Amino acid sequence: MAEALLRIEGLTKHFGGVVASDGISLAVPPGELHALIGPNGAGKTTLIGQLSGEIVPDAGRIRFEGRDITALPIYRRSALGLARSFQITSLFLDFTVLDNVALAVQAHDGHSFRFWRDAREETRLREPARAALARVGLADRSDVVVANLSHGEHRQLEIAMALATSPRMLLLDEPMAGMGPEESARMVKTLGELKQELTILLIEHDMEAVFALADRISVMVYGRVIASDFPDKIRANAEVRQAYLGERETAGGHA
Amino acid sequence: MNVSLDWRNIAVIVVLAVLVALPLYVAVTGDRFMLTLFTRIIILALAAMSLNLILGYGGMMSLGHAAYLGIGGYAVGILAHDGITSGFVQWPIVIAVSALFALVVGSMCLRTRGVYFIMLTLAFAQMAYYIVAGLARYGGDDGLTIYKRSQFAGLIDLSNKVQFYYLCLAFLFGGLYLSRRLINSRFGMVIQGSRSNDRRMQAIGFPTFRYRLAGFVIAGTMCGLAGALLANHTEFVSPAMMYWTRSVDLMVMVILGGMGSLFGPLFGAIALLVFEEALSQVTEYWQIILGPLLLLVVLFARGGIAGLLTSGRHG
Repeated sequence: MAEALLRIEGLTKHFGGVVASDGISLAVPPGELHALIGPNGAGKTTLIGQLSGEIVPDAGRIRFEGRDITALPIYRRSALGLARSFQITSLFLDFTVLDNVALAVQAHDGHSFRFWRDAREETRLREPARAALARVGLADRSDVVVANLSHGEHRQLEIAMALATSPRMLLLDEPMAGMGPEESARMVKTLGELKQELTILLIEHDMEAVFALADRISVMVYGRVIASDFPDKIRANAEVRQAYLGERETAGGHA
Repeated sequence: MNVSLDWRNIAVIVVLAVLVALPLYVAVTGDRFMLTLFTRIIILALAAMSLNLILGYGGMMSLGHAAYLGIGGYAVGILAHDGITSGFVQWPIVIAVSALFALVVGSMCLRTRGVYFIMLTLAFAQMAYYIVAGLARYGGDDGLTIYKRSQFAGLIDLSNKVQFYYLCLAFLFGGLYLSRRLINSRFGMVIQGSRSNDRRMQAIGFPTFRYRLAGFVIAGTMCGLAGALLANHTEFVSPAMMYWTRSVDLMVMVILGGMGSLFGPLFGAIALLVFEEALSQVTEYWQIILGPLLLLVVLFARGGIAGLLTSGRHG
């Protein structure tokens, strides 16, 4: 395998008595779309949280482009090109769509101790923002206040914001959660296009989308990665089917 | 930028015109009290505007903002007491001291959120209050009379009521212009983004702490200057000007006028102080009327006076 863009080694995180990450090791080579599936409570979002820097692991290492980023603060990881989207939509609701994305562009255009020029009139912020919006199909919604967007549009905007940081790798936490079939199909198309240029780690419950998009799939149960393989192999893996589907039935009760 | 003639812009123009023309009215009628009242209003509007920068735009609920009024005031008072009356010395010291205090307070308080932030800013302000009250050499609890206003080598005479009024007004206009640039700049976008969703700000790559701290220092410095003006205005400083209820007054001005609106604090300061003046002639329990009024604003007019004027644009 080529040198991994993202390499996780023995990542462990406890919350009280609960083991959210139990010695996770995973390698994602450049250009791969790697899907992470598993029942609710398997620790997928906790893993993303540790990768993006919001959660500090108890043990283990995270390497990005060969560099140890385990102890780096959130904004530094973002600067290195690791961008995340949120499972629960996390936007600047009182800003316009374009302002949201322009802010993401600004985050990667030097420091922001600039007190004088009107940021809304800076083309070097607005143009890349418009481009990112066009890629997710939100170009005609630029001037709408985000609070007035539909749920599906919020999800699209989530992706546009991550894109606007010119990332090398996207960490997408259930980008299709709560979407209707039409919106989902559109998102699959968008992700299919992004995958041509970017490395992606995708958490998703929509199995149709996962098997349509993923180059490789890892299955998580109770904080462990129980399998990591090509989609065909995962589909055929009896252990995975049993563990994942079995878990799903019991997990539904307390999720 | 388009300036449409909606109610808010009309109100702004009228208010600013009245402020500019007020000394003329005073000259004609001889109503010196109006000049004193409006000098005070302008100074406190400047202070409220500085609070609005962090409270309205930055979402930083400081309950200790009056401390900067006191620090700015005492810097002038103490220096004057010790014979240093030159404004060219006093005012840079005002700026330095209030910026430093804001830097220390902010670098600790801004690590916390919500109630903890409120309590910490309050605690620091009260600490400053008791320190000042303990300065026996400078009057302690009783305060300190300033016998000579800041001297500016004859360029401007602060003892001249009209000149002083226009100096305060110039500070207000300068503050308004500065705030406007600041809010719309990259820096301002970061501050507002951080109010809206700090977690996301960090996720897209902003080290938000340093920007919020810078905003906190700018606001504190601006309020310190208002304190220097206030000390020159009243020719007296006392610990009472930095008591926590004074911080609440500033907060009331911001909320009443409209949080996160450029002219809101000015509207709020005028409304509160004129209201206070008018009602206190009727009853000394004027706050009984103010309380419910504020409740109504919070319940039904979140945008304050500025918000009401904006929503009335279609009417």
